[in-house]
Amino acid sequence: MIELIDEKGLRRDGRRVDEIRPLKIEVGVLKNADGSSYIEFGKNKIVVAVYGPKEVHPKHLALPDRSILRCRYHMAPFSTDTRKHPQPSRREIEISKVISEALEPALILEDYPRTVINVYLEVLQADGGSRCAGITASTVALADAGIPMRDMVVACAVGKISGQVVLDLNDTEDKEGEADMPVAIMPNLNQTTLLQLDGILTPEEFEKGFEMAVNACRHIYEVQRKALIDKYFGKNEVGEE
Amino acid sequence: MSAVKKSVVVERLRKAQIVEFLSKEKRLDGRGLLDFRPIKIETGIIEKANGSARVRIGNTQVIAGVKIEIGEPFPDTPEMGLLVVNVEVLPLSSAYAEPGPPDEEAIELARVVDRGIRESKMVDLSKLVLIPGKKVHAIFVDVDILDTDGNLFDAASYATVASIATSTMPKFSVGQNGQIKQEDEAVPLQINCIPVSITLAKIDGEFIVDPTSEEEGVMDARITLTFDDDGNIRAGQKGQPGTLDFNQVKLAVNIAKDRAKEIREIIKESIKDAKG
Repeated sequence: MIELIDEKGLRRDGRRVDEIRPLKIEVGVLKNADGSSYIEFGKNKIVVAVYGPKEVHPKHLALPDRSILRCRYHMAPFSTDTRKHPQPSRREIEISKVISEALEPALILEDYPRTVINVYLEVLQADGGSRCAGITASTVALADAGIPMRDMVVACAVGKISGQVVLDLNDTEDKEGEADMPVAIMPNLNQTTLLQLDGILTPEEFEKGFEMAVNACRHIYEVQRKALIDKYFGKNEVGEE
Repeated sequence: MSAVKKSVVVERLRKAQIVEFLSKEKRLDGRGLLDFRPIKIETGIIEKANGSARVRIGNTQVIAGVKIEIGEPFPDTPEMGLLVVNVEVLPLSSAYAEPGPPDEEAIELARVVDRGIRESKMVDLSKLVLIPGKKVHAIFVDVDILDTDGNLFDAASYATVASIATSTMPKFSVGQNGQIKQEDEAVPLQINCIPVSITLAKIDGEFIVDPTSEEEGVMDARITLTFDDDGNIRAGQKGQPGTLDFNQVKLAVNIAKDRAKEIREIIKESIKDAKG
């Protein structure tokens, strides 16, 4: 087994156990989309586009009292170590579903009956935690699209490597570690909107990890806010670079 | 997954306006008929890819990534490596693109881009053989269309060329028992030329280069020509139902040849630092 934490308590990429990877969020990176964002979270690079609210196709899927939210999480063929076939995998379909369910509680869909809001996530590079980075970026793109929301949604994973509970696993840690638990919350309403877990955690580790994830989400929320404020109220125009 | 907006009512109404501008040798965005929009090429943006490039032409934005793996050669070319160029028109690229298998326009786009690279012999596939008939290098170039505002053919082609030209590949050695071992060392992927594709749109008898989505919406015909370093034509494709008379075909070649020279310099500039 690879040693994932050294004697100084540092991880292979030099982080402490409670440290997240460098994070960068940009707003409005695509011209055609109604709202868009770009996130770099460690080596994860994801573009998100929001289209809608707009007419639903096929029409029978439309709901009379609210809009429907559809998410598509897709990985570019060059996003992983070995090429990924462009066709959506079962994993991508499941992740699309949980992302949609993580975002939906924050949206005031009742304002737009008989419409659809499409959220497209394109993972340009994946390095562990892409669903969390994708959720964080999607909320920003939804805000950029002007979709009314009750709160933002922020996500971060915790896990267990070399016997310790750590924040924000990268790809190697996810593969070699003992547990991975992505968490998404609404930071102002204090609600959990996504929780997944694979691996093994004691109830104590679970509690500790969950708390670490929530705290990290609160930090990430500030980055989300700043990205949006910079775009809409910023002193200097925020461009692509 | 339509690459081009079509039958948009507003665009039909705009045709008269576009044509009127063209008669004054102008375009709606102020360009001359044979002017490109600003082209911006960045390379080395995806660390996990063997090579990568982001190309922006005006508001059009595409990313290409190269993956080099070990594959089996086609039975009819046992002593040739593989080169596959694939273009995905993603649903995030415009309000008119839908998820799902590529439609005929997306397939044409991918095949035309692939043909230009393949026919130009940019990569010498005969040098990518490990065990003849059994194991060869397989170069996959995947292009993601992120934002659509016309001229996807050229944008996807430039991204493909820039990503291949800046690719490095793992070194492999073949043992006595036919075992393939990957060495730690990475070597640059050798290239022979910089193919440049130029797409012209014909609207009301006039040629323009680098059409926007709006212009593509009203064009009668399209022609894409790919040139190698010596100015030879390596691939061509006429598209859309409109026609080109014989003089127009010759004119198209002349226009495209000149533009290709200029664009080649832009591509060369973008790849010169990345190589190594």
